[in-house]
Order: sequence, then structure tokens, then C-alpha cells
Amino acid sequence: MRFVFKTDYDQDIRLLKHSGYWWSYGVLLALLIAFPYLVGSYLQSQIVFVFIYAIVGVALIILTGFTGQASLGHAAFLAIGAYTAGFLQSQGMSFIVYFPAAAIITGAVGAMVGFPALRLSGIYLVIATIAFAFIVEEILARWESVTHGNEGMRVRTIDFLGQPIPRDSDAFYFLCLLVLVGSILLALNLLRSPTGRAFIAIRDSETAAKSMGIDLAGYKVKSFAISAALTGMAGVLFAHKMSFISPEMFTLLLSIEFIMVIIIGGAFGVHGAVLGAIFIVMVDPFLTTLKDDVPVLGASLATTLGMAPDAAGKLKETMSAIGSAAGLKGAIYGLIIMMFILFEPYGLYGRWLKVKLFFQLFPLYKKATFKRQKTYVKSERNR
Amino acid sequence: MLDFIQQLVSGIALGCVYGLIALGFVLIYKATEVVNFAQGDLMMLGGFFVFTFIGLIGLDYWLGFLFAVCAMAVFGMATERVLIRPILGYPQFSIVMATIGLGYFLRSIAGMIWGTDDLRIETPFSSGVVKLGDLVIAHDKLSVIVATVILCVVLYAFFNFTRMGTAMRATSENMLAAYYMGIPVKRVVSLIWAISAAVAATAGVLLAPITFIHSNVGLALGLKAFPAAVLGGFGSIPGALIGGLIIGVIETLAGFYLPQGWKDVAPYIVLLIVLLVRPHGLFGPSMRKKV
Repeated sequence: MRFVFKTDYDQDIRLLKHSGYWWSYGVLLALLIAFPYLVGSYLQSQIVFVFIYAIVGVALIILTGFTGQASLGHAAFLAIGAYTAGFLQSQGMSFIVYFPAAAIITGAVGAMVGFPALRLSGIYLVIATIAFAFIVEEILARWESVTHGNEGMRVRTIDFLGQPIPRDSDAFYFLCLLVLVGSILLALNLLRSPTGRAFIAIRDSETAAKSMGIDLAGYKVKSFAISAALTGMAGVLFAHKMSFISPEMFTLLLSIEFIMVIIIGGAFGVHGAVLGAIFIVMVDPFLTTLKDDVPVLGASLATTLGMAPDAAGKLKETMSAIGSAAGLKGAIYGLIIMMFILFEPYGLYGRWLKVKLFFQLFPLYKKATFKRQKTYVKSERNR
Repeated sequence: MLDFIQQLVSGIALGCVYGLIALGFVLIYKATEVVNFAQGDLMMLGGFFVFTFIGLIGLDYWLGFLFAVCAMAVFGMATERVLIRPILGYPQFSIVMATIGLGYFLRSIAGMIWGTDDLRIETPFSSGVVKLGDLVIAHDKLSVIVATVILCVVLYAFFNFTRMGTAMRATSENMLAAYYMGIPVKRVVSLIWAISAAVAATAGVLLAPITFIHSNVGLALGLKAFPAAVLGGFGSIPGALIGGLIIGVIETLAGFYLPQGWKDVAPYIVLLIVLLVRPHGLFGPSMRKKV
């Protein structure tokens, strides 16, 4: 285990704590840059979705993980970003103009949502954000002069300074990677600034933060605005990637998927957003593969274990019938959420930290290091 | 004017449905501070159980009703034991997510078992109307109104006047202190989940002739019942009923008088306005904050 002896404050807030970080993140970045030349076009497009989900995940971690404000309305922010891009593009603006414009507009809407959130907390905030998302969805469906209503809207290829960037090109991949790296750096930088520390103080105890002189209202609105603006940027990329947007793409289920990203990844660190996004996006192709392979595998396993061939054939049929049943994906999603909350409350990043600590402290690792405090007293929970 | 009253009555009937589901939210919240997003799906499951007992096995309506409610009570207890008890005491949001996951799971499983078609059962309330002057109320809607009022009164009395109800209120106030006073907290929480699931099943059975039985009915109604509970102030039984009535009446009137599209949004707009003015709902307790 390496121990960094800190002698000044700059060392304490440094993003890359020691030379090991340079190596590991450098290798990771090199791999990501080499990726489009190594993998097929299907996998590349999945990875672009991972990037987009990860940007939303970073946005949610700033809001939920660091400021402690829950939101089930992020699909609406994504929609606002996507529709702003689509509309401004159809008005003949270039990508360099409408990309920041979408972020600014979504950020402004986010700040507007932040104001009611000042007085709300816990479950009341969750339901208020759900209500906001419903209203946005309905506006998108009704405001036909701008959004084309339920028919949906076609989004043309990005025109970057006269250079077209098709949605499945390497350039689009790098654009998404650039935005993701940018938003991660933004989040990390935010966290080591007074603003980020104020966010964390608000999460840990509003009353204590207030008595330390932190302007609750201002920081909550800021947190909502930053989170919404990041989601709006992701929305622009999402719109271009899908090349077609319609209101029913941005439902509550998408918001739940975004929350799943940070729950599965771990909401206490930016790494969690990326890990969760990989999990959420990859679970779908993975299930499709399983659907084809598992029945064959199960049947051959049953025959080797001494089952009669026709019984094994029947088993194979039953398994593939279950595999192709309509609601299977939802059931597995539900199970994944429940399992993670029950058994892995710190998410994938938490598991990674545990494994790392286990090897660092090898014989001395204690499980209780990661134990969470339970609170049964209402007044304690009522921060 | 008659139009208005007719709309008002059907709004009240709809509101009672929301109130009935909201009642389930409130019961669990009152005792354990857990917000159960899967309440609508428990209701849906209750509908499927009653379909199994009446439509498939062929029992009498009332017997099937009773069996479905009992089965759901057991199911609620099992859910509490397996999913909720291990994470009780952790941050509220993770419990909310766990129940959202449960809802996802139940919806898909129900769709896989019973199929995705609309199912219907024969009930004594399926046809027939009551006429009050020019006013027409269908029996199925009337049965929902009556059942909601009865359940509200019974539950209100249960919470305020019985030993067990007092124990439940004590548990909701402070779990540790209740435990020290000799209240069997775990059993109380199990029981509250059983009651809540039974209420949900009742709603599901009464709704069967109105909305039919479908695996997505829980999500749609649950998302409307949720604002109802919030509007009334989570944790207040009369509040749930009144919140449900307000949402139901607003939705129906908005659907009748306002242009298309307002019907689904109007309840949420009202909810946001109410939350802006009173952050804990209309009848919610205004808590003092402690550091």
C-alpha cells in the first residue's frame, strides 16, 4: 500500500494523487482512443450509448450523490436538451451554437425546478420531479409547432464547422468521449472547490450546513442547474445518436434507468457513473446473447447428466420459451435493482474499493470498514 | 349544471379509487416511513389473484374476494420479510428504489404468468345503475365509493382506538423507543405490510369491473394515487382520501372542460402548486428540524 505524505494543500486536492494514477488513467485513455479501431460497429455504437448514459450519471451524481437531492425527472432534462438541439438545428444553427445553447436552456429549466425543491425534501421532492417530468412530456406532445408532437422529430447529422459527423462514425465516438471526459473533469473540479464542499455539507446535514453560513437556496439551485445542464448536453448527443426523437422516448422509465445507473455504479463517486452506465447499456445485448445460448447449453448439460434426449429437448423448449417471454427484461431489471440495494448498496465502485482494500491490507481486512449506519429514529432521518 | 354534477360524481368515484390506493401508501409510510412505489402493482396483483380464484377456479365472488385479500396479505408480509426488513433504516431513497424494482419485477412476472390481454370477471357490481333524479351512478363506481369510506373509517378507528394501532403509531414515531417499550416492532411492521397489501387487493378487486385486469394497470393508477397521497400529506389517513378526491375531481373536470391533454397534467400542476405553498401536503405534519 502506497502512503502519500502530504505536505501542502495543493497536494491534498490534486486530481491524480500519485504516479500510479497517471499510469492507470493514461492506459485507460489510450485504450478508449484505440477502441474504434479494435471493435466492430455494433459494439462501438453501444459504447457511445455508455458514454451518453455516463454523462447523465455524472450529472445525477452531482445532484443526488453529492447534494443529496433525489430526482426522478432527469429524462425530462434529457428531452429538453434533445429537443432544443433538434429545433435549433432545424432553424439552421450550427452545432457549436446549439450545443452550448441546449446546455444553457436546460440549465435554466433545471434552476427553475430547483426553486420549488428548496422547501421540499425526501419523498416530496421525488414526487415533485416526477410531476415536472410528466408536465414536460405532455408539453412536448402538445407543442406541435416546435416539437412536431407525437409524430416525433427527425434530427439531422451534426454539422461541425462544415464537417459532417455521421452518428455512427469514429468522429462521433470521439465527440461523445470528449464530452464525457469534460463532464467528469468538471465534476471532479467542482468537488474540490468550495461549491462542491458546500454540496456535500448540504447532503450530510442541511441544518449544520446552514449554521456554517452556507446559502442553502443558492447551492441547491446551483446543483440542480449544473446537473440539468450536463444532462442537456447528453440530450444533444442522444438526439443525434438516435437521429429521431419523440416524447414517448423520455418517460419515467428512462428516469428510473438513469437512477439505476448511479445505484448500480455507486452514487458516492464519479467512477460509479461510468461503471453503472456500462452495466445498464450492456445488460441488454448480454441478455439477448443469453437468450440464444442458455437453452442449448442447458439441454446439453442435461443430456450429459443422463437425461433422456426427448426430455432434454423439452427442457430446451421451455427454457427458450421463458427466455423469449415478453416481460423478461423488466423482471430482470427489477431483480437487478433489488439485488443491488440489498446486497451491494455501494454499487460496483464500492465492490471495487472493497476488493482493492482487501488486497492492500491483506491479512487485516475487516468487513466492518464499509458498514453503514442505520437510523431508526424519525427525527434523525428528518434532516 | 347537471353535466357538472355528473362529472363531479364520476370524479369522486375516480378519486375514491386513488384514495384507496393512496391509503396503502399512507399505512406503510405511517408505520415505517417507507414509501412503497409498488403499491399500484400490489393492487394489480390482487386483481390477478381474484381473477385466478373466480375466473379460473370458479369460486363464488365473495369467497374469491376473501381469498384474494388473504393471499395478498400473506404476500405483503413475505415482501416485507424478504425485501424491506434488511434495508429498513437505510436512506429513504434506496428503499424507494427497491420498491420501484419490486414494481418492475411484479409487473413483468404478472405479464408472463397471466398474459398481456385485458382480463375480466363477473361481479355483482358489473352492471346496473342507481338513479338519483337525473343523476346516474353505476354500481361498480358506487361500490368503490362505499368500500373506500368503510375502509377509511375502520382503519382510522383501528389506528386511534386499538392497542395494536397505538403500537403502530408508536413505531412510526420512534422505532427504537417503541422497541424499548416492549412493542414487537418487527411483527408490527409485518402486520402493517399485510394490511396495506390487503387494502391494495381490495382496490384491485373493486376495480376489476371498471378498468379490467391488466399488468400495467397498477403503474398507471399508482402514479396518480401517489400525488394523491402526497397532496393529502403522507402519513394522514383522511388526507389520503381527501387528496385522492381532489386529484380525481380535478382530473375529471379538466378532461371535461379543458382542451385535450390537460386531463393527465392537471393533477400534477395542482400538486406542484400545493407543494410550493405547503411542502408537506395539505394535512401533513409540519416537522421541527433537529441537527
